Amino acid sequence: MKVIEIRNLKKTYNTGEVKVKAVNGISIDFEEGEFAAIVGPSGSGKTTFLNMLGGLDRPTSGEVVIGGANVWELSSRKLIDFRMNNIGFVFQAYNLIPVLTAGENVEFIMQLQGMPKKERGMRTKELLEAVGLADRINSRPGKLSGGQQQRVAVARALASRPKFILADEPTANLDSKATTSLLEMMAEMNKKYNTTFIFATHDQRVMDKARRIVSIEDGRILSDERFER
Amino acid sequence: MKDVILAWRNLWRNTRRTLITSASIFFGVIFSTLMTSMQYGSYDAMIDNIVKFYSGYAQIFTEEYHENKTINNSFELGDALMRIVEETRGVTEYAPRLEYFALASSKEITKGTLVIGIDPAQENKVTGTKKWVHKGNYLTKNDKGVLVAIDLARYLQVNIGDTLVLYGQGFHGVMAAGKYAVKGILKFPSPELNKQFVYMSITNCQELFSAENRLTSLVIMVKDHYELPGVMKQLKKKITAPFMVMSWDELQPELVSMIEADKAGGLVMKAILYLLVGFGIFGTILMMISERRRELGVMVAIGMQKIKLGKLLFYETLFIGSIGAVAGLVGSIPIIQYFFYNPIPLTGDAAQTMIEMGIEPFMYFSMAPFVFYSQATTIFIITLVIAIFPVYKALTIKVNTALRA
Repeated sequence: MKVIEIRNLKKTYNTGEVKVKAVNGISIDFEEGEFAAIVGPSGSGKTTFLNMLGGLDRPTSGEVVIGGANVWELSSRKLIDFRMNNIGFVFQAYNLIPVLTAGENVEFIMQLQGMPKKERGMRTKELLEAVGLADRINSRPGKLSGGQQQRVAVARALASRPKFILADEPTANLDSKATTSLLEMMAEMNKKYNTTFIFATHDQRVMDKARRIVSIEDGRILSDERFER
Repeated sequence: MKDVILAWRNLWRNTRRTLITSASIFFGVIFSTLMTSMQYGSYDAMIDNIVKFYSGYAQIFTEEYHENKTINNSFELGDALMRIVEETRGVTEYAPRLEYFALASSKEITKGTLVIGIDPAQENKVTGTKKWVHKGNYLTKNDKGVLVAIDLARYLQVNIGDTLVLYGQGFHGVMAAGKYAVKGILKFPSPELNKQFVYMSITNCQELFSAENRLTSLVIMVKDHYELPGVMKQLKKKITAPFMVMSWDELQPELVSMIEADKAGGLVMKAILYLLVGFGIFGTILMMISERRRELGVMVAIGMQKIKLGKLLFYETLFIGSIGAVAGLVGSIPIIQYFFYNPIPLTGDAAQTMIEMGIEPFMYFSMAPFVFYSQATTIFIITLVIAIFPVYKALTIKVNTALRA
């Protein structure tokens, strides 16, 4: 089943007199349960592409259709709700809320969704157990290692039961042990919850785990390959 | 996680900064409260002095007397008017007066004076006249003697036991003349009053001016001038033509103007103080927002509505303003309480000026509730105005830009 349909997506930045085409007419679909990596060198447009996919950066033209709705036709308010209910985000710098504990960070998005407290508590516990951090539920991000923070970020991204998770360079700040461990955990979550994972990365270790690799350069798709893993 | 709890925790992510900002508000509120208390303390002393000295907090007289202060516009105090005064909540005392001008003579010297007929006991309750007796004795009920102000007595060369002749025009043009023994010499703090006052019992005065049972005014006292608006409201409602009632500020507009001018000066000082406090709060909020730009972007990215984010930042701003303000208010209470009971004594020219105005030479402080709550209200309003900025920032945040911050 198609989760995301992208039609002729373009993004042009006006930097003075020069127009930079960061994304130049990408059309691609993503299926439910995919574990895909968007790869390419720095400046190839992968982060811009991911941001447009996630409803964070408005495209110059083109369509991003998720669950039958073109997200860029939604009002600003509806778009925020749409992101909350359909998209999970994992950022390069973890971006957890520093004043909240690991548990509260995971619970935060469910609270925004209006989920009852009891249900929230159970799901938080379940997700932190799934990412191997049940014993750090009451620790604030400052007391966690980079790898542990990124695991909490993954648990947070999964908390709202999104259709897909967008992870922008999630391993860039991690050492190789933490990277391997995080990728294994994400692959497990992908299988367990059948949630689509889309990475923007140039980390070989992520590419080695991905079952689909979409190469981008100069804002265009160079190749789109699938692997059995 | 409630927004309020999250805001509170955000406040303490940089404890030192929050404490420094709160301390600046704390000291701002303390100084401002002290300044306001000192200002209003001195106004209270001034008003109490003027009011208790002569005019009372309010006076009832006829409309004609207000226009033309002649004895012909005096009135008889009827039961109805007396009942109105007695039944008015907040009126503590009242005293009848009959005032008119006459020539005072002794031997070969004559001078124009203001003769004031009083009920000695009531007048003393209202204006404490007895304490100004410098020599001799105070008047008793139906006393036949007179009290003469010290400079007037010197001018007329009269002393205790001497005779003073009063000569003038009485009610409806009747000739007024009488001889009176000087029973006491009054020494007021004000040189102006010392030059012209002659006090006598009201019955004696009514007899002199052939104005039996008549008064020119009824002087009203209340507990303090904060009670006056309520009392005036009641009196103005009940007292109708041909009578009228006026409060001390209507009777002494020049004193009101002086206080208003002084208030304006104080306001400028306080405005500068609050401007500094305001910029202190604003600086902190500005820093808090700019260093958390990415975090705020993440919150909106994962699903927090901008209005909710604005609410969160609004609470944070409000907390910052409130901590220092509340601490400042609590801190200022014992300080002001101390100075309220132990006013600072003044020396030199300042003391001399106050003595000449009839005020004891002390720097007085006020403990009126508004001295405190007006500061809290000001800080609250300043904080509300500053809070517009973070709310605006939250409502206009661009997620993709914030995430790159």
